[in-house]
Amino acid sequence: MPLAAALAALGWAGFAPIQVPSRDELFEIPKGTYARRMAGDKVEILPSMVRLTLGLNDVLMLRNLDDVPQVFGPTIMMPGQSFRLPFEKAASYNFACTAHASGQMTVLVEPYPAMPWSKIHWRVREWWENRKR
Amino acid sequence: MFLTAAASAAPDTGAMKAGVLSPVMAAPTLALQGTDGKPLNLERFRGKVVLLAFGFSNCGEVCPITLATLAGARKKLGADAAQVQVVYVTVDPERDDAAQMKKFLGSFDPTFIGGVGSRAEIDAAQKGYGISSTKNVYANGNYTIGHSSSIYMIDRAGGLRAVMPYGHTADDFVHDLKILLRK
Repeated sequence: MPLAAALAALGWAGFAPIQVPSRDELFEIPKGTYARRMAGDKVEILPSMVRLTLGLNDVLMLRNLDDVPQVFGPTIMMPGQSFRLPFEKAASYNFACTAHASGQMTVLVEPYPAMPWSKIHWRVREWWENRKR
Repeated sequence: MFLTAAASAAPDTGAMKAGVLSPVMAAPTLALQGTDGKPLNLERFRGKVVLLAFGFSNCGEVCPITLATLAGARKKLGADAAQVQVVYVTVDPERDDAAQMKKFLGSFDPTFIGGVGSRAEIDAAQKGYGISSTKNVYANGNYTIGHSSSIYMIDRAGGLRAVMPYGHTADDFVHDLKILLRK
């Protein structure tokens, strides 16, 4: 019976459509980020690498809640402003980002997990990353 | 100076291929000289959609591709192209004067207007848009400039609506321009 249950779970994970609540992957630059950095705090607000998946979560949504403008790659965001950047091609994108101590941010856009094994891999990774948050 | 732009009759930018800024704020001002012999500021182009980018005439790769893409987008727009103004601001004021930029831009589309000025004027324009540029000097004294390569999409009312990262096609620009040109 445990084997049958495991096979059923694998079958579901490999063949059931993946549902996501939103295609937007939201990151916020908190108020006071610039001040903390100027005070010598090497705080990392955003991950140095953001992983997106085409067709699932393929829109990067950044929100600047800080008191000063922040540069994210292609644009400058004023305090209170958000920037919604969709991706349509699987690739690795490197952006300048003043919210990072390194000044850099990588967005890794992966193809849609069409095959059963890639669906299972995607679900397991999402589950693992959600546990860490 | 940033001011919240009027949001009335705003086009739905949710489906754009470019990155969309929200809420919309007035595009940072420009105070430069245009390659058409007139002062270059964004107020001149109210009523048109402005595609604003930064580069330099000696650029061997990014700028020619960007300008060819924008010229291709204008051709595909047909009659609507008259409502779109491309503005290209130099990041190399030491070598790019108005005549040089006009010649460079004219090889792609004679309607393109370049922005030139003193180092201080160019720096101010770059700062407003968060543009970075880095001079890389060769052993022979010549140099090239690495620079931000996005295209800023400014609506008819002067609001900075969206930013198209480098690498998009003319069709992507046409798609987004049609959204911005809707009344």
